[in-house]
Amino acid sequence: MTARILALHLAVLAALFAAQFVLPSYHVTSLARIMVLAVFAMGYNIAFGYTGLLSLGHALFFAAGMYGAGLPALHFGVGGGTALILGLLAGGALAGAAGLLALRTAGVSFMIVTLMFAQAGYLTILYFAEYTRGNDGFPVPATARSLFGFALSGDRMRYMTALLLFSAAMLACLALVRSRFGRIMVAMRENEERSRMLGYNPYAVKLTALAISGLYAGLAGAAYALLFGYAGASFAGIQYSILPLLYVLTGGAGTVLGPLVGTAVMFWLTDIASGLTSAWLMVVGVALVALTLFAPRGMLGLIRERWAKWLP
Amino acid sequence: MSFGPFLLLALMEGMVMAAVLALTAVGLSLVFGTMRVVNVAHGEFFMLGAVIAWFVADHLGGAAWMNFAVALVVAPLVVAAIAVLADRLVLRRLNYEPEATIVATIGLLYILQQAALSLFGPDARPVPAPFELRLQLPWFGWSGYKVFVILAAGAILLAVWFLMTRTRAGLIMRATQIDRDTARAFGIDTDKVYALVFGLGAGLAALGAVLVVPIQQAHYLMGGDPLLLSFIVVIIGGLGSIRGTLVAALVIGLSDGVIAMFYTATLAKILATLLVALVLVFRPQGLFGAKA
Repeated sequence: MTARILALHLAVLAALFAAQFVLPSYHVTSLARIMVLAVFAMGYNIAFGYTGLLSLGHALFFAAGMYGAGLPALHFGVGGGTALILGLLAGGALAGAAGLLALRTAGVSFMIVTLMFAQAGYLTILYFAEYTRGNDGFPVPATARSLFGFALSGDRMRYMTALLLFSAAMLACLALVRSRFGRIMVAMRENEERSRMLGYNPYAVKLTALAISGLYAGLAGAAYALLFGYAGASFAGIQYSILPLLYVLTGGAGTVLGPLVGTAVMFWLTDIASGLTSAWLMVVGVALVALTLFAPRGMLGLIRERWAKWLP
Repeated sequence: MSFGPFLLLALMEGMVMAAVLALTAVGLSLVFGTMRVVNVAHGEFFMLGAVIAWFVADHLGGAAWMNFAVALVVAPLVVAAIAVLADRLVLRRLNYEPEATIVATIGLLYILQQAALSLFGPDARPVPAPFELRLQLPWFGWSGYKVFVILAAGAILLAVWFLMTRTRAGLIMRATQIDRDTARAFGIDTDKVYALVFGLGAGLAALGAVLVVPIQQAHYLMGGDPLLLSFIVVIIGGLGSIRGTLVAALVIGLSDGVIAMFYTATLAKILATLLVALVLVFRPQGLFGAKA
């Protein structure tokens, strides 16, 4: 049982490793981007899919990672490894701080509070345009775009770094959701009152889950800035709060591989759509409506329900 | 200009904003109050109203006041019809489950935005005011049309108040709001009530847009600000309380006008969004709402 789960996930990682030798270079770059965004979606899934916290403000934590890594690199010439860790911590810390307040509410109020926090964060980036370069953003300096002496701007190194981060994030997520704490998270989603009666502290559990989710978002934001060399305010906008939700809903909320599947499917779908028409917003909109109407469990959720009950 | 007249101008501009905001926010508040649905696509209904007003003005080719009168009737009806359709096709099938409806209305937002972009193009479109009248005050001149906007919004709000408190339809809406199941047990077709309320809310947003579009311009991305401000107003006023919404629209509209004129608009928005978040956390019933 456990061997089967481990084998599946390692097989996925092996396939991702092999993909760089098979796919044309355009798609290799796309896949690197997908893996970074999938880390973001995986973090979102920990909050939304497993703990039941529907946040509309995860762009804040993604941007925290992006600027947490990018700003020290821009102003103080910090190196790549340090920048990555700073971004990771910035995402987690901000998620924890936002959670302290936002988790006093639930349901619709929680969604609006997180939305407002993210909006305030976005506007703050614009307000301090002197340091953040506002809407124009800034290219991340070359000093920060290297890890252990390897430049991250090369295709091979970029892909391998994205794969490494994705693997670490996925295995950590797998361990988390199969742990005791993972089951308590699910208990919060399923019935908060009953878990409170059993002696768990819902506030503490949800806060921890949200902070972990913020660590993922921060890591993804920092990696995005370092690997693709740009940080800008558009990544803090509402759209980047909606995207992880879309990815997770598509792939399947509450599944470990769902975020990767959802990110890949939606990424290529919008990619193809923007090649055919300029109407890629329509694709996102129709996908959101259709998913909530016809497939609220997403692709892997459906597979788990029908065929593979063991899927974590 | 010295400080006194400057402040007066800021307050008058704030009043125009408050009037339009009140229309839009009351629409959002009606929908939330009756259906418990947070309609994220509300700003797009506003945008559609403005775009339809431009379309009418551009294609009808009559006198400005006539185009305006036609738009005032057509835009709310078309937008309400779209909203009723969305309710039938999407929201009802989700059984108005709060989280699913938010995700679905986010989808609706993108669909409407893209539709407006594809059908009407990416340019900002000016719409002529129905009449040109300049009011000359001792310190500055002011557009007479803006006075008309304030009066018209006031009249429409009065009509909504009359509808909700003095008619049978309003009684049915309030009954559905207070207890859907009991209302249904008394033979009220709550599905129909929901569809009509959703249409009414969207129609109010469209009306506000038709009124404001000769001052602003019609653009497919214009729905963002009204949505955010309506959210702010509805939450500060207390979710679902119409009276609170009106007071909050006045306060937010006026203070936004003043802050934006003396400080920067970005700072005003940061403070307003943070205020909303904190109100929801510490006073969920709103600043003006009664304790639930």
